Amino acid sequence: MTVADALRELGFRSLRVVAQLGQMLLFALAIGRATILPPYRLRRYLEEIHNLGVLSLVIVCISGLAVGMVLGLQGYNTLVRFGAEGSLGAVVGLSLIRELGPVLTALLVIGRAGSATAAEIASMVTTEQLDGLRMMSIDPMGIVVSPKANSMVFVMPMLCALFILFGITGAYFVGVTLMGLDPGIFLSSLSSSIRFRDDIVGSMLKALIFGFLAGLIATFRGYTSAPTAAGVSAATTSTVVLSSVAVLICDYFVTALWGFDI
Amino acid sequence: MDSVRSPAPPHVQFENVHMAFDDRVVHRSLSCSFARGRISVILGGSGSGKSTLLRLIGGLVRPDAGRILVGSSDVTQLSEAELFDVRTGLGMLFQHGALLDSLTVFDNLALPLRERALGSEAEIAERVREQLSSVGLDGVETLLPGQLSGGMLRRAALARAMILRPEILLCDEPFSGLDPISLRRIESLLAAINQRSGTTLLVVSHHIASTFRLADQVVLLLPGRSVSGTPRDLATSSDPEVAGFFDEGSPTQSPLLTDGASRRMDT
Repeated sequence: MTVADALRELGFRSLRVVAQLGQMLLFALAIGRATILPPYRLRRYLEEIHNLGVLSLVIVCISGLAVGMVLGLQGYNTLVRFGAEGSLGAVVGLSLIRELGPVLTALLVIGRAGSATAAEIASMVTTEQLDGLRMMSIDPMGIVVSPKANSMVFVMPMLCALFILFGITGAYFVGVTLMGLDPGIFLSSLSSSIRFRDDIVGSMLKALIFGFLAGLIATFRGYTSAPTAAGVSAATTSTVVLSSVAVLICDYFVTALWGFDI
Repeated sequence: MDSVRSPAPPHVQFENVHMAFDDRVVHRSLSCSFARGRISVILGGSGSGKSTLLRLIGGLVRPDAGRILVGSSDVTQLSEAELFDVRTGLGMLFQHGALLDSLTVFDNLALPLRERALGSEAEIAERVREQLSSVGLDGVETLLPGQLSGGMLRRAALARAMILRPEILLCDEPFSGLDPISLRRIESLLAAINQRSGTTLLVVSHHIASTFRLADQVVLLLPGRSVSGTPRDLATSSDPEVAGFFDEGSPTQSPLLTDGASRRMDT
C-alpha cells in the first residue's frame, strides 16, 4: 500500500465517521420529535423502565456493594499508613459519588440493558417487524425507539444513586464493622466532605448524560443494523464498545466543564 | 380468472421504475399495472425483485427513477408522513409474519386499532376476535407469536394485515414453507378476502399451482423486462423464457386451468 492509498483510506474512513455522527444527530432529533408529539405511550414507557431499570437492579446493587467493600478495604489500608483512617468516609464517598458511581453504573447498564436494546431492535429489523409497523402507519420511532432511549435516560440516575448507596454501605461495613473504625467518624467525614452542587448534582448530571449516550447509541445501532444475523451481532457488539468508550471520554469533559472543586 | 371477470381499471401502476441496490440493478424501466379488485400474482426467479416490488408500493424503499401510482397517489413523491396516509389503505402480509414477538396475538391485532383509537377497548376486543375467527384462529388470543405453528402464524399475520380493512393487500410469499393443507387454507382465505370485500390482492409467489388456482393476472419478472397476462396466456406463451417458467408438468393439461368460479377455492 502506497502513502497515497493509506491517505485515501484514512480520508474515506474519516468521512464515514463524520457521516455516521451526522446520521446519529438526525436520529436523536427524530427521537426528540417522537417524544414530544402525541400519542404519548405511558404504558410502553413503564414497560421499558421495568426492562431497563428494574431488571438491572440486582446487578447494580451487588456491584455497588462489592466496589464499596473493596474501596473500604483498600482505602483503610492506605490511609492508616498516614494516620488518616478517619477520612475513609470522605474518600469512599467522594470517589463513588464523583466518579465510580456514574461511570461504573453506566458500564454495567450498557453491558446488560444497552446490548439487549440493540439486539432487540436489530432483530426486529431482521424479522421485518419495524416494516410491519410502518405498513400499519405506526412510526417505529414513537412506539419502539423513543420509549427505549428515553427510559435509559430516566433510569440511569436512579441506578447510579443506588450504586452509590450500596457502595457506601459496603465501605461502612468494612471500615466500621471489620476494621473497627468509629461509626461517628466515618459518617461525619462522609457528610462534611460532600457538597450538594459539586458532588450530588454533578454525579446525577453525569448519569443523565451517560444514559442519553447509552440509549442513543444502542437504539441507533439496532435501528440501522443490517437485516441479518450478523447484523444483530454487529449491532450488539458495537453498542457495548462505542457506548463504553463514549462514556469514558465524555466523563473527562463533564468533569472538566462542571468544575468539580478539589 | 380473467375469462370470467370483466376488465378492471388499474389500482397500482408502475411507470418506468428503475431500482438498484448499489451496483445491482433490480428493476430496469419496469412498467406494469395491477387491476382493481383482482388477484395479481407476481412471479419471477430469485433476486428478480418480487419482494422489492411490494416494498416499493408500500413506500418502504424508494426507486431511483419512475412513478408508482397507488390509486391516484404517486408514492415516490410522498414524504414519510404522507405515506402514512396512503398506507392506511394498504395491508401487508410479510413472509415471516412480522408480528411483534413481545406482544400476544390479541395485542398484535389490537395494536393498529388502539393506535388510531378506533373504538372502545370492548369494541376493539370484539373486532379482534371476529378477525381471528375469520381466519380460523379461535382461542389463540393469549399466545405469543413464537408459540404458533408456521401456518397459524401466517393466518394471524393475515388477520392483522386485514384488521383495518385495506383496499389493497400485499402478500409476500404467503405459501412458502407451508404444508399442503396450510397452503390450501391460506389460498382459500386470500380468495375469500378478494371475493367478499373486493380487495385488490398482489401476491408474490414461487408456487405455480397456487398461481393457477388464484390469479386473475400474472406479472412475470424476467431479467430486464416483465411480462403480464392471464395464467393461461403465459403458460402457453411462445416465448421460451416465459413458457420455461411454467414448465411444471403440462399446465395447459392441468385440471388447475379450468376456468370460472370453480377455479376458486372452497371459501
